[in-house]
Formats: sequence, C-alpha cells, structure tokens
Amino acid sequence: MAHTASEVTANAEGLKVIYDATCTFCGCVCDDIDLTVQDNHITEAKRACVLGKAWFLNHSIDDRPSCLIDGKPASLEAGYDRAARILTDARYPIVYGLSDSPCEAQRVAVSIADWINGTVDTTTSVCHGPSGMAFQGVGEVTCSLGEVANRGDLIIFWGANPAESHPRHFTRYSLMPKGMFLPNGRKDRTCVMVDVRRTKSAKAADIFIPIKPRCDFEALWTLRALVKGVELDPEQVKADTGVEISVWQDLADRMKAARFGVMFFGMGLTMTRGKHANTEALLALTKDLNAFTRFVSKPNRGHGNVTGADNVVSWRTGYPFGVNHARGYPRFNPGEYTTSDVLSRCEADAAMMIACDPMANFSQPARNHLASIPYIALDAKETPTTRAAAVAFTVATYGINTGGTVYRMDDVPIPLRPAFDSPHPSDFEVLSAIESRVKNILGIRA
Amino acid sequence: MSSADYTRISGGTVYDPANGIDGVIKDIWILDGRIADAPSDPSVRPSRNIDATGLVVMPGGVDMHCHIAGPKVNVARKMRPEEKRRGEVLHRTLTTHSGTMGSVPSTFATGYKYAGLGYTTAFDAAVPPLGARHAHEEFEDTPCIDKGFYVLMGNNHFVMQSLQEKEPQKLKAFIGWLLCATKGFAPKLVNPGGVEVWKSRQGGNVSGIDEMVEHFQVTPRQIITGVTQAANELRLPHPVHIHCNNLGMPGNWETTLETMRSLEGHRGHITHIQFHSYGGGDGDENTFNSKVVPLAEYVNTHPNVTIDVGQVLFGSTTSMTGDGPLGYFLSKVYGGKWFSSDTEMEGGCGITPIKYRNKSLVHALQWAIGLEWYLLVNDPWRVVMSTDHPNGGSFLAYPQIIRFLMDRTYRRDVLATCHPMVRERSTLMDLDREYTLNEIAIITRAGPARILGLPNKGHLGPGADADITIYTPNDNKEVMFEMPRLVIKSGRVIVEQSEIREALIGKTLHVQPHYDVEVEPSIQQWFEKYYSIRWRNYPVDLSYLHASEVVPGI
Repeated sequence: MAHTASEVTANAEGLKVIYDATCTFCGCVCDDIDLTVQDNHITEAKRACVLGKAWFLNHSIDDRPSCLIDGKPASLEAGYDRAARILTDARYPIVYGLSDSPCEAQRVAVSIADWINGTVDTTTSVCHGPSGMAFQGVGEVTCSLGEVANRGDLIIFWGANPAESHPRHFTRYSLMPKGMFLPNGRKDRTCVMVDVRRTKSAKAADIFIPIKPRCDFEALWTLRALVKGVELDPEQVKADTGVEISVWQDLADRMKAARFGVMFFGMGLTMTRGKHANTEALLALTKDLNAFTRFVSKPNRGHGNVTGADNVVSWRTGYPFGVNHARGYPRFNPGEYTTSDVLSRCEADAAMMIACDPMANFSQPARNHLASIPYIALDAKETPTTRAAAVAFTVATYGINTGGTVYRMDDVPIPLRPAFDSPHPSDFEVLSAIESRVKNILGIRA
Repeated sequence: MSSADYTRISGGTVYDPANGIDGVIKDIWILDGRIADAPSDPSVRPSRNIDATGLVVMPGGVDMHCHIAGPKVNVARKMRPEEKRRGEVLHRTLTTHSGTMGSVPSTFATGYKYAGLGYTTAFDAAVPPLGARHAHEEFEDTPCIDKGFYVLMGNNHFVMQSLQEKEPQKLKAFIGWLLCATKGFAPKLVNPGGVEVWKSRQGGNVSGIDEMVEHFQVTPRQIITGVTQAANELRLPHPVHIHCNNLGMPGNWETTLETMRSLEGHRGHITHIQFHSYGGGDGDENTFNSKVVPLAEYVNTHPNVTIDVGQVLFGSTTSMTGDGPLGYFLSKVYGGKWFSSDTEMEGGCGITPIKYRNKSLVHALQWAIGLEWYLLVNDPWRVVMSTDHPNGGSFLAYPQIIRFLMDRTYRRDVLATCHPMVRERSTLMDLDREYTLNEIAIITRAGPARILGLPNKGHLGPGADADITIYTPNDNKEVMFEMPRLVIKSGRVIVEQSEIREALIGKTLHVQPHYDVEVEPSIQQWFEKYYSIRWRNYPVDLSYLHASEVVPGI
C-alpha cells in the first residue's frame, strides 16, 4: 500500500507539525494544510477552511471497540471471520460507499465484490451519478483546477454553492488566484452564478441569475440555441426559465467572448428534474462553445475521495459505479445495480457499507430492507448504519490516522500525510483481512 | 550446483535474434527467474523440463507503444459502456479477476490479454506527470506483464521556458528531475508546442515545426532539438519518443521529415509514423496519398532514427491522445462524443470513438501505409510493430499484422477488398517482401527491447529475464501467434494455451538519471507559482511501485 512519509518537525515537548497535509473533507482536497499535533490531538490546522478546521480540530479517536458483532464487543479476528461468512453465504451481496476511503482500500473492496459475485457501488450513484451517465452520452471538455486558476476568465457556477460546500474553491482555484494569464486575479475574472436561490455563494458573483426551479434543462438549451444563433421566442424563454431572454443573451455573449470559460456544476443541477439530461445539456453546451473559444466544465464533487472511487471502480471493472458481478463478470446499469434501488426493491441479502451512512440518508424502504439483512459496516464514528450492523468495525480516519491516495475532483491523485496513529485498524487493513478470508472460503488463488 | 532449482525448455526451435540465433534447436535453461547458462555439470537435472520439441521458442513480446494505464485510458473506459455490453467479457476464475474488454480493456483484462498473446512487457506512451501516481496505481492492478510509461514533456511550460531563456543545462536537469519525480521511463513529446496553443485559444495548434508557440516564443523544432539533445546527454536508455506535429493531416510527411532532421543526428524514436506519412494538401481527400517511400529512404540512411508503425486495422476503436487539438479535429470528423482535458503546465488530452472502414479511401490508405512502413524499412531492428493501441486498433491485432507481413497473398487479398484508389496512391501492391520468423522476432521483441535500452528483455542470453513465449507452428501465422502454447514470465509458466495459470504481478521499469540538483530550487519556485498542488505532494515515492527495477543509462 502506498504510504507517503509525512514531512514532520517535532520538538522536545512532543509537539509536532505535519507540513502540506491533505484535507479529505470535500472534493477540493486541499493539500497545503500544516497540522500541529500534540498528544494525539490536532491543535492547529493552518490554511484549512471552516469545514477543514472542524474536520481536523474536532477529530478524536472514538473510545469504542474496534469491532462489534451484533452490537457486542468482539475481537477483530472474530469480526473478520463473521464478515467473510456473511459475504460468502449471500446470494446477492452488495458493497457500497467507498468515497471516504483511500484508493488502496477501494481496490480491496472491488476485489471482494469480484470474488463474491457481488455488486459494487459508490456514493456517486446518489450524487454525481447522473453526471457520469451524461458523460457517457456526450463526453466532457474539462481541465485540471490549476488551468482554471491560470486561465479561467469567465467562471460560472450552476446549481452549486461552493461558499458553503467547498469553502476554498474560490481562493485556491476558481476566483481569487493570480494566474499565469490573469495577473490581477479576481479583477481579471467575471463570475456568474445560476441558481434557484440566492445562496451564500451568490455574494461572490458579478452576475446572479435566479432561474425558476426545475427548469435547468430548458435554461441550458436556451443557451445552446442562443450560442448557435437560433432565434427564440422571448415570451417562451421567460415562461420556460423564469428569466428574460436578454439575460440569457448577455450570458451567451459573455461565454463566446471569454478567453477561457469554466462552468462548475453541483447537485443543484444533477439531482433536480432532468438529472442526467441536465448535465448532458451542460456538457453539450460546453462542447458547442469550443467552436468559438476555449470552454470547459467540471462537476464540483463532494466527498474527499469520491473521484478516486470512480477511477478505481472504472479501471478494475470498466464502469464507474453500479457494477454487478452476479454472472462472474462486470455489468453496469444505473437504476438496476445502484444501491438505493437494490435495497428498496429488497434484492440484496447481505451488504458491506464502507464509510457511508445509508441508514441515515437512504429512503425508508431501502433502510427497512437494510435493517432486515446481515451487513458489515466500516466507519470511524458511530452512525445509524454502524448501530444496526451485524459486524461493525471502528476504523482509523483516513488522512488523519492513515495514509493512502485520494483523487481531487479534477482526477488529480494526491497522497495523504497522516498526523498520528489510531488504535483502530485502517479500512484497508480490515478489508484486506476480510478479503483473505473470503478467498480462503472460496478457494481463490489469485 | 546440484541444489539449484533449474527449469529447462528442451528441444524447441529457438529464435533469439539479439544473440544471432535464427531457428536453431537448442535448450534454454532458467534459474531464479532468469535465463542461465546450461549447467557445466552434465549430471545436473532440471526440476522441471518443458518439452518444446517441434515448437517455436522466442523471448516474450515487448510492446513499446500502447495506451494501457493512467488518466486518459481510464476516462476512455468510463466513456464507452456501449462497446463493453456486447463485447467479450472475462469471467472471474479461481486464479483471475473478472474484466471487460471493448477497445479499452479494464486493467486486469489488459494484463491477462497481453500475456495470453505472448507479450510480457508493455509501455504506456503518454502520461502527464500530474497523473503519474494514477498510472502507477493502475500498473499495480495490471498483472502478468512488466510495464513502464513515457512522461509527457513536449508542452511542459518549464521545458519551453528553459528553451526560451536559452538554458540547456536547466532543461537537462529538469528532464532528469521530472523522470525521477514521476518514476517514468522516457521523455515523450506529443505535438510539441501545438497542445499549448490549443490550450490558449479556440481551435489552436501549430501547423509546422517552425511556427512560433505564442507566449513562450519557441518553435516545435527548438523543443524537439533541445529535448533530444538534453535527453541524450542524460544518457537515458530511450532518450526521446516523439509524436510529431500535424498527426493525421494531409501533407504532414514534410513535418515528419523535418522532425527527423531536427534530431541532428542524436538518437530519437518517431512513434506511430503511419499517421505522419501523408501526402496531399488542404484536407482534400482527393489528393491524400502515401509518402512512405521518401520517408523510409530517410530512415534507411539515418541510423539514429527508429520508428514504430501505429498500424491501422479496420473496425471500431477509441482514439485517445495527449494531442488535444487532434482530439478536437477527430471529434468533428466523427461527430460523436468527445472528451478533452487540459492539464496545468503539462499537456492536453483528447478522446473520441472512431471507426476505420476499408471502403474509405483515407482509412484504407492508412492501413496500406502502415504495411508499407514494415516492408520499406530495410533494417528490421529499427522498425517496431505497434497499433498505437487502441488508436489504430487493439494490440490483439498483432497476430493478424504478422500474417500480413509473412503472407503476401493474404495481404493482397485484403487489399483487393479496399477502396480501389489505394493501389494507385501507395506502393503496397508492388511490394513482394515477406517477413521471416526471425524478422518477426526482431520487430516484436528483440528490436523494441534494444531501442528501449532494456538489457534484460527481448533476448534469451544468460542474465536476461526469463520471459519466454512458445508457439505451435502453423502455416497460418495469425493462428500461430494468437494462441501461444506456453508463456513464461520470470521463469514461471503464466499461460497455457491462452488460459492464465498464474497471474504474477510483474514489475515497473523506470529510470533514475543523474541530474544537476542545484536546479531544483528554480523548479520549485516556478512550481509553487503555478501549480494547484504542493511541491512536496508532487513526486511519486517508491511506495507506489509494487515491484520495480531501475533501468540503467547507457
């Protein structure tokens, strides 16, 4: 397992500083945090945002057993044995979560799903899954975040609220940086927000366009038409989008006049009416704009390593999420093999939930079914999901107690620099131990 | 000696061109994963004897140019579910993971399929440094083969800036540093300068090697000459791997010729040269024609130049390239889905589904031009088999290409199905040459190993890695080469008759050149000004290399 040694300075009082540690709280994956650590406690997280500070400074190691079987403390060995039994006895096991685990652990999880002919799915299926499907339809014109910092002169946020979800997005990547071709930073950029409500992010925008809820698809197609010079009926546009055509025309003109335009989009686009059709429209608009100038787009991914999960599942199976191995090889069908659907249709008969909390955020039918089947849960904290698990492992927190690799929302892989050890095993260790037992039970020699 | 654990391959007809062995019946001895001298004590018995009587024995194949790992390969996997649903699948077994195929196989499938074909080493041809860590992670999940990758440098800002400032020593140190930081194998130039222009304006590109790259005020020629010289001075085993400007454009052969000249006598490799050998002009299909004859003449008379072909096969595939403007061009030609991604300071990328049709004049010419290259370069040690997988077609097409080269009747039969004008626009119809098995062994293993500077690959002399492929002879060479009888990797039998017996993980091959570390502070200063990740988090450390070997300089 990749494990990058931390750059550390330590003094006699046991105070140490980890330089350029990586924050995994959101998809920004800021890797410039200096952590001051004393007595297994982080006392300072330099450069971290409000969310990152909360992540690091409030971190404590849960004083609970590393393993619980049916809610009772048990040895790790007993937990591994029971977990392997549950997974190998099942006819339709599902492995889910993964977006808050390092790639090294994700890889083991996909192996387990392969050995047990199970389904493997990630939290992508409930956030940017529609973006992944749209991508399969039209492709994507995109770039790394440093390109935005160095070149982006028109920055559009669509259905995204980075001020609250990705607090350093503006300062590190999208609005404030003085880039190679934008020596004056913010002054050289125009920022446009398109949303159904005035979020905290709207304050950062030069132009705010409040659209009618559930009409993103119409709004994006309006822009596609205007960019291509198609004449539209102003009244129809106003009725469809809640915005005057002149506003859209102005935006279309700015898009074409930009040197390097960027559209960031969030779940306000992907999880509203239209879902993947909305994202398809946005990706197609981006592609259209490249006939006039350079234009890119990018989903604002949420979880720290959800992008890594997409990558790992893709390179091992060929598909990004919602992958079923029941026939002994990978098949992909969102809606059929995605976890919330599999559970709410009462199909799975066992599960392994890795760093996710479906008992807190899935639909009632899905939760009811999950509660009725034996499942394994891995989490650093106690959650509704760990409470109802047949086997619950308390794991070390990635990026704070364990190393590994995470992928930033722009697919850039970044190493983790752990601050201090945890008495709990890492999810990589737990999954590896389960995998070796699964292989033993099934006679797998690979 | 008697306790040594030998394996012997006995009685096979051995083709080991690097050691001058051309179809000689002899035994091969293996000890500790390497080829060994036959024990001097005649009483020593091997622990395992593999009877290869009547079979053909060659070193394991070496693919020196393919796209099998890293950011863009993985995007292509994600982007093309439609071809996997109906495509071949790999079932999970007790010894192997499951996988999917299509034009861009999943990682495990890639390893198994290469091994099944008798290939034991493969190099990914284009990894942006920022994606190096990703490529290494995929390598760990790509079993059976040894692997490495080339590092994109032709549009790197530091490279262009050093050239602009006329600082060749700085450039040289940067190349050394970057190869060490990425654990890469060789510098790769992709449309040098052109991708930077694409990143900076609509439809941007350079049209020739003497056009100025805006902002940096350097020309592609300066990039090619400068990097080639620096890389040769670093004594890299494979100094520079060049994807020329103007890929795919009618009339591009002159750019290719000028690129070879700009090496100024230094060692350099021109890759997928088939895509760079076109006459004609102005995107006009009616004037499109083959210019292999004059280009091959240059290669034949300039021993510093080596090439691989980038053979096109008819059918559907996925184009993937670090050449961003090319991706844009192809997406407009085909009109399907298109992926493009620009990487800060480093490069670009383009991906789009494509299809080569034998009734299309352009496609049929591309097919013919590839074959002309194999047949018109006199010295097989300087031409290498490749499809630029998956760009021209899958690596799984290699057996078919071998048949084209060894069987002129088959070649002409296929030519007869192509657009009729191909016979006038290329010389393929007039070429009678047929490859021998020894020459096939050169262009598929011995040659690429030598061009890559791999002392332990591509031959069966003592000390070489015991990577060996054993074929059952057949008059139909496609049949012979598509299903080896046995494949041995590091002395272990990993494949029998295309069934995986043992999925060894293989190792990563990389270089570690000495460079002037005094230059690092200036690299760091530049890096911290423009990159979106921290300097400290950029280099890939050894923990990412599951098993590895540093290939020495020359």
